[in-house]
Amino acid sequence: MNFTAVKSIYLFEMARFGRTLWQSLISPVVSTSLYFVVFGAAIGSRIDEIGGVQYGAFLLPGLIMLNLLTQSISNASFGIYFPKFTGTIYEVMSAPVSFLEIVLGYVGAAATKSLILGIMILLTASLFIPIQIAHPFWMAFFLVMTVITFSLLGFIIGIWADNFEKLQIVPLLVITPLVFLGGSFYSIDMLPETWQTVTLFNPVLYLISGFRWSFYEISDVSVGVSLTMIMVFLGLCLLTIWWIFKTGYRLKT
Amino acid sequence: MFLQTSSYRGLLEHKQEIFMIYERFFHAYYVGCKKSCALTSCGAKSALHLKLENHSKKRGTPMQKHPSMPPYTQPIIRVSNLSKTYGGGFQALKNIDLEIRQGEIFALLGPNGAGKTTLISTICGLVNPSGGQVSVDGHDIITDFRAARKMIGLVPQELATDAFSSVWTTISFSRGLFGKKPDRAYLEKVLKDLTLWDKKDNPIMTLSGGMKRRVLIAKALAHEPRILFLDEPTAGVDVELRRDMWEIVRSLRSSGVTIILTTHYIEEAQEMADRVGIINKGEIVLVDDKDNLMRQLGRKQLILDLHQPLDSIPPELADYGVEIADNGQQLIYTYDTTGERTGITKLLQALSESGIRFQDLNTTKSSLEDIFVDLVKNTT
Repeated sequence: MNFTAVKSIYLFEMARFGRTLWQSLISPVVSTSLYFVVFGAAIGSRIDEIGGVQYGAFLLPGLIMLNLLTQSISNASFGIYFPKFTGTIYEVMSAPVSFLEIVLGYVGAAATKSLILGIMILLTASLFIPIQIAHPFWMAFFLVMTVITFSLLGFIIGIWADNFEKLQIVPLLVITPLVFLGGSFYSIDMLPETWQTVTLFNPVLYLISGFRWSFYEISDVSVGVSLTMIMVFLGLCLLTIWWIFKTGYRLKT
Repeated sequence: MFLQTSSYRGLLEHKQEIFMIYERFFHAYYVGCKKSCALTSCGAKSALHLKLENHSKKRGTPMQKHPSMPPYTQPIIRVSNLSKTYGGGFQALKNIDLEIRQGEIFALLGPNGAGKTTLISTICGLVNPSGGQVSVDGHDIITDFRAARKMIGLVPQELATDAFSSVWTTISFSRGLFGKKPDRAYLEKVLKDLTLWDKKDNPIMTLSGGMKRRVLIAKALAHEPRILFLDEPTAGVDVELRRDMWEIVRSLRSSGVTIILTTHYIEEAQEMADRVGIINKGEIVLVDDKDNLMRQLGRKQLILDLHQPLDSIPPELADYGVEIADNGQQLIYTYDTTGERTGITKLLQALSESGIRFQDLNTTKSSLEDIFVDLVKNTT
């Protein structure tokens, strides 16, 4: 195992994070604050409690998930797409590093950034609502598993994309709608029965539901199912990346 | 300028040693020359080299080889039966067999699309081979890729750099990527030798094209490779920078690095290479020692500027195969340098007997470019 190489990639990516601190960290924190002001304080004050939780507090897990999912994908996909775009990927591909080391470096850095972001949002939220975490261990577990899984997905997207448009398509047109329709801002009990069934096909629902359970012990689906879903999704991403490096898809000719 | 991959020991001593040897050659040729040759810079070395070369030409003696040049016989890269067919069915490499010898400068020549970059990229791990084997110092590039790749530094054709990173950050990254522990002194030496030290904190995007190419070389050298691949190292750079680049390559070779370069500039191969490989349509057409190649395939021409123009070849000169040029003002005689007799004496005698007088006489030797064009044309 070339740990020095993993460390080099990781630190290089984290340095990029430092250079783009405003874009990477400050802007999601600002937008989250706006959500709390608009939906939590202004509109939320006119909405009843959901499952015994104030609407502002109910929003928190969904908002964190919304940011974690989009930022994990965005960070990881850009992290690998940019060297492809500039051509500097040649160096990584000709270095004595295995696919596992490349993934650990790039995905590790993207996941770390998202984790820092998640914590920042949590801290920002504490300024607006009283924070209550019923199961801190499971909250941390969901947080870590989500950033890893979606950073892996972002890595796949970054390899697949051959232009900036494709890089944006998945986060904008797939992930954001799935998060919005996956119960970020509401409980699926509030939907008509038919839509409740449709929503069950949305994988993001399981993540948000499990994450919200770790805060308030209320969930749309059972925690076991949520855990299983995230593990399945993680497995699928790992399998895809393994295939990418085995075949050299979009990396080697 | 002197670069050494393992360490920089004896930098000054080694440089002075080379110049002392040069000095001896210089005095041997210039008996009457009293000028001191205690030169200490690379530019000065070039000037001296040039003087020797010009003197050799005047004396009709071949240019002496680099005095410190070791015998390059031990292969460091073995390419066996290597082929590459791309997805669309295009066969870029056709059963290539090639050996690169340790410590040499090997120039890979070929027209556009001949397979030069594909061959280099395959050896470096950027392209999956369709068949065949490549080993680097005995390490297979697939099964033992770590050991093989650790030995190689690659300078790509395109100026692919991390635009927003500083020079220092990017070369430190390169070193770490190849599994090497940080070594500030070594990287500092690399940057100083490539005249990049004062730019170490500058973002790469603020550097000129020539500087960026130097950064790419610094990145490739950051992990102390024993083999350096230079894919079109002087493409798009001005003449002065190209000559600087040649000096860098020569210095690297002196420090024991094996260099494989692809180039469009035949002049570059002629100037630097120990051996030349010509690739065309995915096949190695020829691999030979550059001097051998020039000797065996090179032609020489004797050009005579005549006093009186000729309308046609006189019958008594018909057997010599001479040609008329420049509206009858010139007579050109092509001869084989490898033959026992060149036939020049006889020709001059025949001219004298025919009463054909000339006012000037020149000889020209075919360049590597002529040889290259002939070979590529013949294989097309």
